[in-house]
Amino acid sequence: MPPPQTLFEKVWRRHEVAAETPDTPAVLYIDLHLIHEVTSPQAFAVLRERGLPVRRPDLTFATMDHSTPTRTEQVFGGAPIAIEAAARQVRELEVNCAGFGVELLGLRHDRRGIVHIIGPELGLTQPGKTVVCGDSHTSTHGALGALAFGIGTTEVGHVLATQCLLQRKPRTLAINVSGKLAAGVTAKDLILAIIGRIGVAGGTGHVIEYRGETIAALDMDERMTVCNMSIEAGARAGMIAPDETTYAYLAHRPRAPQGEAWEKALAQWRQLPTDPGARFDKEVDIDASGLEPMVTYGTNPGMVMPISGTIPQRPDDAVFAKSLAYMGFEPGSPLAERPVNVVFVGSCTNGRLSDLRDAASLLRGRKVAPGVQMLVVPGSQQVKRDAEAEGLDKVFLEAGAQWRESGCSMCLGMNGDLVPKGQYAVSTSNRNFEGRQGVGARTLLASPLTAAASAVRGRVTDPRELM
Amino acid sequence: MEPIKTLRSRTVVLRASDVDTDQIIPARFLTTTTRSGLGAHLFADWRYGADGAPQADFVLNRPEAKGCTILVAGNNFGCGSSREHAPWALTDYGFRAVVSTQFADIFRNNSLKNGLLPIMVDPAAHGWLMEHPGADVSIDLESTTLTLPSGQSVRFPLEPFARYCLMNGVDELGFLLGRENEIQAYEARRAV
Repeated sequence: MPPPQTLFEKVWRRHEVAAETPDTPAVLYIDLHLIHEVTSPQAFAVLRERGLPVRRPDLTFATMDHSTPTRTEQVFGGAPIAIEAAARQVRELEVNCAGFGVELLGLRHDRRGIVHIIGPELGLTQPGKTVVCGDSHTSTHGALGALAFGIGTTEVGHVLATQCLLQRKPRTLAINVSGKLAAGVTAKDLILAIIGRIGVAGGTGHVIEYRGETIAALDMDERMTVCNMSIEAGARAGMIAPDETTYAYLAHRPRAPQGEAWEKALAQWRQLPTDPGARFDKEVDIDASGLEPMVTYGTNPGMVMPISGTIPQRPDDAVFAKSLAYMGFEPGSPLAERPVNVVFVGSCTNGRLSDLRDAASLLRGRKVAPGVQMLVVPGSQQVKRDAEAEGLDKVFLEAGAQWRESGCSMCLGMNGDLVPKGQYAVSTSNRNFEGRQGVGARTLLASPLTAAASAVRGRVTDPRELM
Repeated sequence: MEPIKTLRSRTVVLRASDVDTDQIIPARFLTTTTRSGLGAHLFADWRYGADGAPQADFVLNRPEAKGCTILVAGNNFGCGSSREHAPWALTDYGFRAVVSTQFADIFRNNSLKNGLLPIMVDPAAHGWLMEHPGADVSIDLESTTLTLPSGQSVRFPLEPFARYCLMNGVDELGFLLGRENEIQAYEARRAV
């Protein structure tokens, strides 16, 4: 009998072209390479310089999301893309994909969207695959039982040219979650609480497997929210074992295996979950039953607290003090009831249909508070259509929010969707770094429910007060 | 890539921990399609005021920082976004090494591929370096040691293959391309 293995170990071993030695890293085969306009141009340039083709264009898939506009007229015509350099980047991706034979869901394609939303949505992301992309939130795809991680542009070039990466085997970290999430407490609150617990470097060098009854009870959208933010704990990747929820999600998606191939794939996927008795390098236990909605108060995602709490006091920590000074917050003060200027619902963390449903559930029949700007940006064009079919767009528009085309948008503000200097944004995105949403912008990360409740009140609000 | 075996410089000390790659190079500078010229925007929002004028109190703007090639920073340097623009900006500015107690995984990988040395030292040596900006230190890849002005040397971990590539100017892509037969055999075995 082979020794019991973890989910990660099984996927890793199946992709070893050559195992690691003391002198050389493993050569790891990549099943799905996702590319986008921001981190690929310099990689294609290397291929051109060296006269190399894309080795497996059939395993390579491109879209554009980071620098693309979200205003309908800039996407579908009537107005140019406002930022010239962004327009150039979009054109360059079109030229590169055409030149190297890579499939591209371009700016006006009806299945375009944020790369980490459309991979699973199309069924490209599957259990047991290795998935990479020049973007740290590639960890999202681990929700389907894939080993998925972000890489730099040099490595994008390596995968384009060889379909392989040189990698040292990461360590494993099990996060065992038990207990039922209370009403109004979401997967976003859970992952924020986990990051608060283990810290922004707590997962460094590790692949996390999220396990336990609480994780098994999450739907796929929620699992993707959890795995998405693994990188904010420093982890290389986050994974969740595939189960019936995963298979039901994938069945009949356009790029998932069909018919006989589906049955064959399913039989393989069922072998993937961690064997009983398999050892992890590290384990952390989390009780989810007592969690509250969470909100960040500082300038990294580990600076997070329950919405009813007060900002911690660390009198001797200069870095902590600098972070609070940037935010304009006092140690020991509450966050609830603080005024909010901007609310952003979207991103690869919380831009899926269930996230929009959550936000709409609190906005229906209510208005965004005067003076608050609320932006709702679906994660993909498919999410946008699905939301419109349910009338969610009308809920948002009638409440006074803006309803946009899909993209990364205000999560990183590359496309000009920015939070003005000094203003407070409650955002469903993943990073509250200084200047992340605009120079001088102050970001409070939270769930779609908390974001919507805060939009209605114009103040940081516990969503349970409106439920 | 130019081989790199040793490095000697005075240090610049950045008193911040968990420095994320958004600080190293803000997203608005990522619309470039080349690798060059990003040094001008390194730490842009800390280096320049809203009017574009240099912030006199920011460490890189101080006269003694000029010409230094070793940056010392707080714990967990390079977290967040995978943007390789971060090491491109640091090297374009002139840095050849960053010293910290811990590096984020993707930043460390990206740095090694661009000849930027992520030097992870123990908390004691790190604490001393943080308290002594401008210290004259040397880094030796053969012995994987950093030597303090006192003559005391501290070891740092460096993945053996990355070390070999750095010291010999070996290009990892060339190495991977040389494994083509094995890659083909793997593809045949798995029918991918």
